[in-house]
Amino acid sequence: MSGGRKPVTMQQRRARTGYLFILPFIIGFILFMARPMIQSLIMSLSDVRIVPGQGYQMTWIGLDNYHTAMAVDPYFNQYITDEIGRMVINTIATLVLSFVIAVILNQDFKGRTLARAIFFLPVILSSGVLPGIESQNEFYDMMAGVAESVEGAAGVNISASLQNLLSVSGVGSGVFDVVFQMIDAIYDIVMASGIQIIIFLTGLQAISPSLYEAADVEGCTAWESFWKITFPMVSPLLLVNCIYTIVDFFMKNDNRVMERITEVMYKDFKFGVSSAMSWIYFGVALVFIVLSSFIITKAVKSAQ
Amino acid sequence: MSKNNTVFVGENKNFWDRNRRSGGYLLKKRLGQIAISVIRGLLMFGLCFMIIQPLLTRFSMSLMQEKDLYDSTIILLPRNVTLDNYRIVAELTDLKAIGGNWHFNALLNTLWVSVLISALTIISTTLVAYGFARYNFRGKKFWFACVIAVIIIPPQTIQSALYMNFANFDILKIFTLFGVNAEGLNFGQRLLSVVDGTGVGLIQLLTGSALNLRANVSAYAIMALTCMGLKNGLYIYIMRQYFQGIPTSLEEAAYVDGCGTLHTFVKIMLPDALPTIASCFLFSFVWQWTDIFYTRLFLPITSISTYSNQMASMVTKMSRYFSADSSVAVVVPNGRQQQLISIAVLICAIPLVILYLFTQRTFVESLAMSGSKE
Repeated sequence: MSGGRKPVTMQQRRARTGYLFILPFIIGFILFMARPMIQSLIMSLSDVRIVPGQGYQMTWIGLDNYHTAMAVDPYFNQYITDEIGRMVINTIATLVLSFVIAVILNQDFKGRTLARAIFFLPVILSSGVLPGIESQNEFYDMMAGVAESVEGAAGVNISASLQNLLSVSGVGSGVFDVVFQMIDAIYDIVMASGIQIIIFLTGLQAISPSLYEAADVEGCTAWESFWKITFPMVSPLLLVNCIYTIVDFFMKNDNRVMERITEVMYKDFKFGVSSAMSWIYFGVALVFIVLSSFIITKAVKSAQ
Repeated sequence: MSKNNTVFVGENKNFWDRNRRSGGYLLKKRLGQIAISVIRGLLMFGLCFMIIQPLLTRFSMSLMQEKDLYDSTIILLPRNVTLDNYRIVAELTDLKAIGGNWHFNALLNTLWVSVLISALTIISTTLVAYGFARYNFRGKKFWFACVIAVIIIPPQTIQSALYMNFANFDILKIFTLFGVNAEGLNFGQRLLSVVDGTGVGLIQLLTGSALNLRANVSAYAIMALTCMGLKNGLYIYIMRQYFQGIPTSLEEAAYVDGCGTLHTFVKIMLPDALPTIASCFLFSFVWQWTDIFYTRLFLPITSISTYSNQMASMVTKMSRYFSADSSVAVVVPNGRQQQLISIAVLICAIPLVILYLFTQRTFVESLAMSGSKE
């Protein structure tokens, strides 16, 4: 305040304090997010070589790494299309399933606390290294195969005979594949929907009971009040959940694209190619996030 | 029925009488309710069973001897019970010296790393979240958009750059611009070296080579302190949400009474936000415990042996472990491999499940609370 300095207003002082509070984030974002992003973008456009004792050297090679990732690498292309297909099915299934479970968990029934505890367990058990290792389910497949062959020997194999029966009766085998795929994936879907259930549940709990009472007095059935009250009130959370699911899916370690990127980086030491792969992958993820948020915003608006 | 507190005309008559009076409506309604609760019960039971079942299967399989695995008449219950598998896994994952004592190194390392990192994470994210919730300043919207970006951008996008940065850590990488180690580079390339991190920094200028921070926990600690660790954007978001829900009058009263900014924050806000902070801490701890991405990036197995790292490298170790001569690798049958891996998963998950059983309320309820204040 002394000398020629302008007096500092209360607002300015508070702004300064605010900046001090978020300073760690600003430093972190610039140093460990923005800069590595630029670096990795440059890396993806160059040939990176490690020079012992001197760090690393980069030579500009343009889009060659992207070409390697998309056209030369034998797995990347196939993995990325596979994973996108899985992601679309899983995201839709996760949203529907977590919404249904949240609605059920919001009702009053015996053992609700236990059920809530169990449904939240996957948040812990399907994180980090665990799903990556669990996804190698060959052992369980093998066990299932053994069990099946035992059943077959004894003359009872329900699923196979059912399948035979249905294919004889003329239902296409393509339908079966999709159905069996979804049945196979249900475990993954339940394991991935812990957080989404919680988010929907908080939304459901925020709805005032008086709305339902009013609807009841007016003669609304439970089915109608579900579509007229519950769904519109919770639908904004659809977007949050959808984005969370997509991001979560893209970042999982058991994702084969992720595995491939890590492999290229830590085993082959092709840093340029692995950066290019991550950028392609991130680009695809971003397209899906933008696309789905666009669709959901439209749908929610038209529903309300 | 009595729940509804509705008084019917025929209250004291039996069900069928009342049903007849209502023209079949009562029976229909009752049947509908029963059907719904049966379906609900089946669905809940099935899904809960599906979540729990792998744990049970794993447990029973972990007690089987190897020959039980190949016996097709044994599916769930072991015939020859053994605890030997746990010893083998412990030796493979650095919980026990081979043929020696139990020392639990890998789990203890994981424990202290997780506690340290989540503590640092929570300290920094709480401060940042408070700043976002309570203060108005220019560029606030922009920085909050950056928080959202941190949530959305997969860290895998920047992992090679981070790897390079911390393997050759240096500050002020601008000296190439001024001509150090810059033979044959034109000005554009020199300028580029500042941005892409290949430039010579202060530490290299003084000591001759850059630091390798991947050798200890410091690189990861720096990341945690600057809110760039595992899922830190999410914690900032959750806690900001919570702080915004607390009325400002308490703080204003404190200011009027002459309490400083930091003092107010520590004495007034923190105690109020403790449940949310605790739940974020638990999330951070649990996710850190099983994390493999940041662990592999910052704590290579040669520096700190954490359990998740040991688990990931277990399969490669197995082939040498089971051969009589340690220089020759043998092929371990697939079933046996998977059995040992699932034991490792069990060992990793059991501490977390126990923790979850005691803190379930903190996990679920306080997250629900912070969400509903939106």
